[in-house]
Amino acid sequence: MSGAHRPLVEICGDVRAGKVTARSRVEAYLAEIAKREPEIHAFNEVHADAARAQADAVDAAVKAGRDPGALAGAVIAIKDNIVMREGKTTCSSKMLANYRSPFDATVIEKLRAAGAVFIGKTNLDEFAMGSSTENSAFGVTKNPHDTTRVSGGSSGGSAAAVAARFCDASLGSDTGGSIRQPAALCGCVGFKPTYGRVSRYGLVAFGSSLDQIGPFAHSVEDAALVYDSLVGRDPSDSTTADVAHEPLAAKVREPVARLRVGIPREYKSPANAPAVAAAYERAIAAAKAFGAEIVDVELPLTDLGISTYYVIAPAEASSNLARYDGIRYGHRAKLAPGEDLEMLYSKSRAEGFGPEVQRRILLGTYVLSSGYYDAYYKRALQVRRLIKEEFDRAFEKCDVILGPTSPIPAFPIGGMKDPLSMYLCDVYTVNTNIAGIPGISINAGFADEGGARLPVGIQLQSKAFAEETLLRAAAMFEKALA
Amino acid sequence: MADALTDADIKKIAKLSRLSLSDSQVGPVRSQLSSILGHIAQLQAVPVEGVEPMAHPLRIVNRLDNDEPKATMPVEELLKNAPAVEDRFLAVPKVLGDGGGA
Repeated sequence: MSGAHRPLVEICGDVRAGKVTARSRVEAYLAEIAKREPEIHAFNEVHADAARAQADAVDAAVKAGRDPGALAGAVIAIKDNIVMREGKTTCSSKMLANYRSPFDATVIEKLRAAGAVFIGKTNLDEFAMGSSTENSAFGVTKNPHDTTRVSGGSSGGSAAAVAARFCDASLGSDTGGSIRQPAALCGCVGFKPTYGRVSRYGLVAFGSSLDQIGPFAHSVEDAALVYDSLVGRDPSDSTTADVAHEPLAAKVREPVARLRVGIPREYKSPANAPAVAAAYERAIAAAKAFGAEIVDVELPLTDLGISTYYVIAPAEASSNLARYDGIRYGHRAKLAPGEDLEMLYSKSRAEGFGPEVQRRILLGTYVLSSGYYDAYYKRALQVRRLIKEEFDRAFEKCDVILGPTSPIPAFPIGGMKDPLSMYLCDVYTVNTNIAGIPGISINAGFADEGGARLPVGIQLQSKAFAEETLLRAAAMFEKALA
Repeated sequence: MADALTDADIKKIAKLSRLSLSDSQVGPVRSQLSSILGHIAQLQAVPVEGVEPMAHPLRIVNRLDNDEPKATMPVEELLKNAPAVEDRFLAVPKVLGDGGGA
């Protein structure tokens, strides 16, 4: 699976035409996984047998003259907080270490119906809380470009699985940057659609007003192909929007005429690492070179995003994670004589959740508690509206906003000790979720750091439901920066 | 604005969160939460007078689906994930009595 990237649409076309078998593709990826997975740890579980069986079914359909679908034989890895019938869904938590879902998430049903093959479940920060996968209960995912460094997070396993060429594409979830930041750190494409575009039914809930599922892929076009299969209103998720979607994969190579690229001065922060600042400048120069209009825009609340996010997301998490009580599923603590039901809850939760999850539950409980609700939670929701209105004003002047994805490239494993400094890495990604708009990270080159060649990402954001413009613009940058 | 967090505050939040914290965890948790809340305090400087809180990014209205019965998941299937089962029921410690619990 080396050499120049071949578009996934062509590969799936070959599978549909019987020129290549899905089974042979699965075997090639399994061989790659056998070689490099021990040093990367992208997966919580590799589903070799299930993937072979799914691939054989695709090949049998082709032989029988049936069309298996647009993603025929596409080998896809799934973040381990999205439920499916095969294997376990652990959220990389001791709490769910043995949880087996009795149903498929809607996105899994849709990918199955399109002929995709699932290669396994990928590692994440526990319950998707973190930016490095170091919060996984099952060990850190290493960056394929330098295994002494993190893969980013929370969807670090999904990003690393694509970057290490263990699969054609993968799914992640993005609550504050959890698709885009690891994509940037691992050098692949990571796309968070508009809130409401993709059903979250079967995604283990973290921050329900922020969470969104999206693809990782080797190219913008591949990401669009997977996305086309995910989109749509779902009766099982009342937050899915009833907005028309036209398949984008065939369109993304068409450049956007008279593209207006917004450059917020706040994104040229002195906190950006030199390699990130350089990549940003390269991307701006590329935009000028392909004839885009560069527009100055203002997003003065950028720096307040972290504070807003770390009130809203923990508040929602503290509520969503209340369901883990040791009763119906998940870890149950052993009680000592005399300990009651209340102790069963609090011991099970203390034993089952790791430190970062506990920290966020405590923080969320605090900001929602009587006496502090107005000062923290209500105020954060007010600032949230101001952030959204700030984007609305910016998008009157431009079609996409260009910026760094992460202020720093992949950092050394264990190098970020303090929770707050980790949170601050999300400065360019959280506001996308706060406003509910789409964002995509693509690779913008590499930086030499400590003897390693580390990928650096740039991010494009657009207004809500403008995915077509966003992805076509991203493809323009992808081509120009290649 | 809130005063500095005390150990008693942390214990209260932990109780509300149904998380049993050992005494040795209280201090470190207090200092981590204080540091995060210290950062979040910057929100207090934003003028928000008259701004309507935004709980959700989409302006969606309640949507009613047709009232059509659908198959539910089999109980046996769901109980497979339960940590303790008696017959077809979830087993839990005694809920009432001895002045504990609820």
